[in-house]
Amino acid sequence: MREVQVETITNEVARLCIEACYYLGDDVLAALKKARASEPSPVGQAVLDQILRNAEIASQGELPLCQDTGLTVVFLELGQEVHIVGGNLYDAIQEGVRKGYKEGYLRKSVVDKPFSARINTKDNTPAVIHTEIVPGDRVKITVAPKGGGSENMSYLKMFSPAAGRQGIIDWVVECVDKSGANPCPPIIVGVGIGGTIDQTTLIAKKALLRPVGQPHPDPEVAELEAEILERVNKLGIGPQGLGGRTTALAVHVETFPCHIASMPAAVNIQCHSARHKEVVI
Amino acid sequence: MGTIKITTPLTDETIEQLHAGDNVLITGTIYVGRDAAHKRMVAALDAGQELPFDPRGQIIYYMGPSPARPGRPIGAAGPTTSYRMDPYAPRLLEVGLKGMIGKGNRSMPVREAMQKYKAVYFAAIGGAAALIANSIKEAEVIAYPELGAEALRRLRVEDFPAVVVNDIYGNDAYEMGKAQYREEG
Repeated sequence: MREVQVETITNEVARLCIEACYYLGDDVLAALKKARASEPSPVGQAVLDQILRNAEIASQGELPLCQDTGLTVVFLELGQEVHIVGGNLYDAIQEGVRKGYKEGYLRKSVVDKPFSARINTKDNTPAVIHTEIVPGDRVKITVAPKGGGSENMSYLKMFSPAAGRQGIIDWVVECVDKSGANPCPPIIVGVGIGGTIDQTTLIAKKALLRPVGQPHPDPEVAELEAEILERVNKLGIGPQGLGGRTTALAVHVETFPCHIASMPAAVNIQCHSARHKEVVI
Repeated sequence: MGTIKITTPLTDETIEQLHAGDNVLITGTIYVGRDAAHKRMVAALDAGQELPFDPRGQIIYYMGPSPARPGRPIGAAGPTTSYRMDPYAPRLLEVGLKGMIGKGNRSMPVREAMQKYKAVYFAAIGGAAALIANSIKEAEVIAYPELGAEALRRLRVEDFPAVVVNDIYGNDAYEMGKAQYREEG
């Protein structure tokens, strides 16, 4: 079996935490520039200019893109032919978060005792880790820091199957409408349809990892994404909610089979600071 | 669209000339507090104690910065979402606070309190935290240091960019902007 040292995992996670918070992805930058070219609102244009300027400043490596450097969400794809050596894999990931947030001057935004004392853990741990066992002898790690403002604008609905396609579209548009300026538009809308309560929220979040605006490979799903995006951008919310046509840069939908009685759906909104970095070890 | 330069503390005369949708550049001292600091400040007022700063005429910025690198006054410093401070804001307006900076909609009770006590709500650009940091020249923690990023801070800012969202005349820049660009269907 191929061996991977936990030390490698820690160092890579630390690096990804820092890079995610300082360097906006090329896909996000391209989507923002495209939006700037088509946005009719002068206020909206000015906001998009400042967001792009902000990304330039952050890329110099001194100041993160956003002060909210998030709760760290880690997606782990672990090849079944990999043997992790030298310690515990999850401990190694948490240590990487600890190291990255310290060395990168990133904000520690995690509190324990959530409904009472709310005590800051002071090192941004624990990260939320989602693990998938996959074929092969590689380890893929995706680090996606998620800000609280956009995460708070999340929704779950257990639809009756009779609600159908139109029911989903109307509901997602309503979710974006009532979120208004809160999640820092222009946003990316992650939608999960199907599965169970846990699975639908997970696929809604995973949908945010797709390159911005890349349509779903299934044409039926891609068409749904395009239709929701068109509706969302007619809401008028615009960049930062100050009015305009760029409310969302993209709508990404993921689906999963579900029970004959159910049609769960989830919306997870991503702010314009759409941060995630990945590595394959 | 012009830009209005304003300085703190805010006077009623300054506040009267601000309208929803105006771009402003703020210069002077502003205070920083978010969820946990608000909870403590209102608890202090309820207990009949003084606030850590005199709120009269002042602006409070809803923000929790990332750590400052050596040689910098502050890290990234963009606004957090304001509605979470709605339960506390009217109480602070009552004792003389004149401005709030954040992002996102305010509740009706807060908007009514702004009209009653003559105060304004500004939005800064969420996620433009590195850009905004450049307008902050000095920063110090003045209370609740154990709250870390949530500690109460005093900043000296120069030409801090913001937009007036709620003015004292009952207008709301979010509603106005959305109405202008909304298409039915």
